[in-house]
Amino acid sequence: MRQITSEDIEPLALGATLLGTGGGGDPHIGALMAKQAIDEFGPVTVVEPDALPPDGLVAAVAVVGAPTVIVERVPAGSEFVASLRAMSRHLGRDLVAIMPIEVGGMNTLIPLAAAAEMGLPLVDADGMGRAFPEIEMTVFTLAGLPAAPIVVADEKGNLGIFETTTNKTAETLGRTAVVQLGMANAVAQYPMTAGQCAAAAIRGSLSYCLELGRRLGEAAETGLADLLAFAGGRSVFSGTVVDVDRRATDGFTRGTCAIEHAGEPDRVLRLLIQNELLIALDDGEPVVTPPDLICVLDHENTRPITTENLAYGQRVDVIALPAAEQWHREGFTDLVGPRAFGYDLDYVPFTTTEANFQGSVR
Amino acid sequence: MSRLRIGIDVGGTNTDAVLVDDHDTVLAAEKTPTTSEPLDGIRAVLTAILDGVDRAKVDQVMLGTTHPANAVIQRRGLSEVGVLRLAAPTSFAVRPGAAWPADLRAQVLGPVAIVGGGFEYDGREIAPLDEGAIREFAARCARGGVRAVAVSGVFAPASTEHEERAADILAAELGATARISLSHEVGSLGLLERENATILNAALQEVAHRVVDGFRAALNHHDLDVDAFLTQNDGTLMAADQAARLPVLTLGSGPTNSMRGACALAGLSEAVVIDVGGTSADAGVLVDGFPRESTAAVEVGGVRTNFRMPDLISIGLGGGSVVRPGEGDVTVGPDSVGYRVAEAALTRGGDTLTLSDISAVAGRLTGFGRQEPAGGIDPRIVKLALDWVDAEIDRMTTRMKSSRHALPLIAVGGGSHLVADAVRGASRVVRPEHHAVANAYGAAIAEASGAVDRVIRFAGDDRQSSLDEARRAAADAAVAAGADPHAVRVTSLTEIPLTYVPGKASRVLVKAAGPLRTRRSR
Repeated sequence: MRQITSEDIEPLALGATLLGTGGGGDPHIGALMAKQAIDEFGPVTVVEPDALPPDGLVAAVAVVGAPTVIVERVPAGSEFVASLRAMSRHLGRDLVAIMPIEVGGMNTLIPLAAAAEMGLPLVDADGMGRAFPEIEMTVFTLAGLPAAPIVVADEKGNLGIFETTTNKTAETLGRTAVVQLGMANAVAQYPMTAGQCAAAAIRGSLSYCLELGRRLGEAAETGLADLLAFAGGRSVFSGTVVDVDRRATDGFTRGTCAIEHAGEPDRVLRLLIQNELLIALDDGEPVVTPPDLICVLDHENTRPITTENLAYGQRVDVIALPAAEQWHREGFTDLVGPRAFGYDLDYVPFTTTEANFQGSVR
Repeated sequence: MSRLRIGIDVGGTNTDAVLVDDHDTVLAAEKTPTTSEPLDGIRAVLTAILDGVDRAKVDQVMLGTTHPANAVIQRRGLSEVGVLRLAAPTSFAVRPGAAWPADLRAQVLGPVAIVGGGFEYDGREIAPLDEGAIREFAARCARGGVRAVAVSGVFAPASTEHEERAADILAAELGATARISLSHEVGSLGLLERENATILNAALQEVAHRVVDGFRAALNHHDLDVDAFLTQNDGTLMAADQAARLPVLTLGSGPTNSMRGACALAGLSEAVVIDVGGTSADAGVLVDGFPRESTAAVEVGGVRTNFRMPDLISIGLGGGSVVRPGEGDVTVGPDSVGYRVAEAALTRGGDTLTLSDISAVAGRLTGFGRQEPAGGIDPRIVKLALDWVDAEIDRMTTRMKSSRHALPLIAVGGGSHLVADAVRGASRVVRPEHHAVANAYGAAIAEASGAVDRVIRFAGDDRQSSLDEARRAAADAAVAAGADPHAVRVTSLTEIPLTYVPGKASRVLVKAAGPLRTRRSR
């Protein structure tokens, strides 16, 4: 058991930006929320799920909407607490802990604020180990755990509880409610016992995110080798952005980003974007596919660049990190593999370079 | 009959001016040291540049100045600000002034209130405007003697109504002399960053009015009956009266003016630009004639804003940088004798070894030093200092250029003699005529602009008409700012789809700009 204090917020937010793989919303606003809540209510205790009573109720909470709207229509804080309390009322049981649904993007930090305000511990675990755009894209779905009931709440006192038959339906219904409630709302989801959480969740993900953030913070001075060794990741490409194409489709920013290799004039890396950076094609050959992670870093300062901020002329380094091992079970490619996002490609097993592999700890 | 314009740039070290005709040809250029009372520098530079010129031919004067930026950085002359946010019941999770440096917060933040108001992304009200709470807030400001107020409403860039109504109420309660800054005039989407910029804007009101009053006094002093403008962060113009109200929009204009001026003087549209002044060197890159913008959130005096600023690297390398010989090496800067270089430099009879001395002894700078100082300067020190300068400039150039292809390097600014004739990563080094006043030239050739930033929702065909309407609104705003309606054009259109939500909606940012219409054609 340990505590997350104000000093941890900055590296945690940096790690969350990296694991957001270009999407997931800018964690900055989540960081400000977490700081304010910790200043007001005190630090947050982080627990391993198996340190909780096995029958105790755990639920995830997240902000759902459009990042562009969330940075304008800043949360009140009360909507997250309201969604979790409604979940508790609906199920007739008190919560023993809160969980982030994704560790990547702004939703890494927001459950911290809710945990501080409610005086509940935060589970050092999540359902994605990165950011994904839809509620059902979790290791819990693979494990057969329902997302429902889900509670969508706004800050005015409006909320809706959805009982659904599939996690995909929970996503569809929840999303529809969010459009009506202002596109920046709280969603409590995946109520489960601490025992179920311990068995199915991606364990240690907050600690992992914090450590990644710390190492990334130092990488501007020391280079990326240490971070890549720690995460078992690899360097994919280094070059200059020569083309960015984004377009609106139904709820997704789809697009591509082409990067010209710094040393080999004719070699181009093409990144396929759907909110997040999803697929990397090196001269047409898929080299990284979901659920493995692709991160674009500013060559100068190793800061992650979000898909919205990718622009012509930027000098970047592209790195890949392996998906959490909990993803590698029956059916994951149907849920979060390239075909789940509409690409006619097979999942490409993650490899590290020889040098990285030697230093890998995972 | 050719009409004339004057561009002036007040930097930390020098105050520069150029006189250009309506073909943008430089007719006169002048550089004087920035004085401790900076408006004296403007008068002096105008005196020199107007020598023998028919003042009646001068239509417009454009000023770029670092006054407001320095006021924030040095925490000088800032007013206490009442902060009103129109957002309740949203936004309480992050209160105004979050993440501000403690000293600035203590100096600037006065009464704060988050009251009912603001709009949803689709234009509905979040809550009706809570006029009673605004009056209460005004009373708190009045009791505390606070005259500057920053008002920020959710989605104000798209729906201005609540901010305008709040301003009316505040003016009625606080009196017409209260200075009220509205967020929709200051920034784009992103409530917290826009609010930060609005608070800074309100804090700068006194400084800005002094600058603009002084600018006008200098113009009157020279019998110039002209339209007066200040340059903005994006290199376009604001009428001086408007700049007095919206000083925060001028904070980053210096580097933009310099890069755009360099580009126009050199006749290039793709190049790395390095501006070497007295104290520092800034390197940036022009892509299609415009400075590449930084992806990082722009901080002003430690406060995060959402302005778009040129992607720049700045280091302490300038003509006045102090050189200190050490054991087997030298250290250069980051301190500088600044505008005093002409007296303080060793080869000018002063007592400080500066990079200008090194450059003069090495033959890069001519006509500077009167003589070698007694005992000369150790050639080893000259070589070590120049090696450092060359390595730094190579490094900045390589870091800025956006492809493996070598780009031309445009060297501008009073200290650009320090840039060697061959730089690694640069195809050639271009030193355009009048390079020493590139920033003033950038101000002189600046255009008037307008921008819109809104969320559009569309189904099928009306996306195009929504975009067209946004284009028209930006062009109208540019014309309202002084652009020639016949020459105004859309300079950028960015459409960012709203993600994670079904239905089609985009955030659209459009900028339009055009040359100023001449006074005659009005």
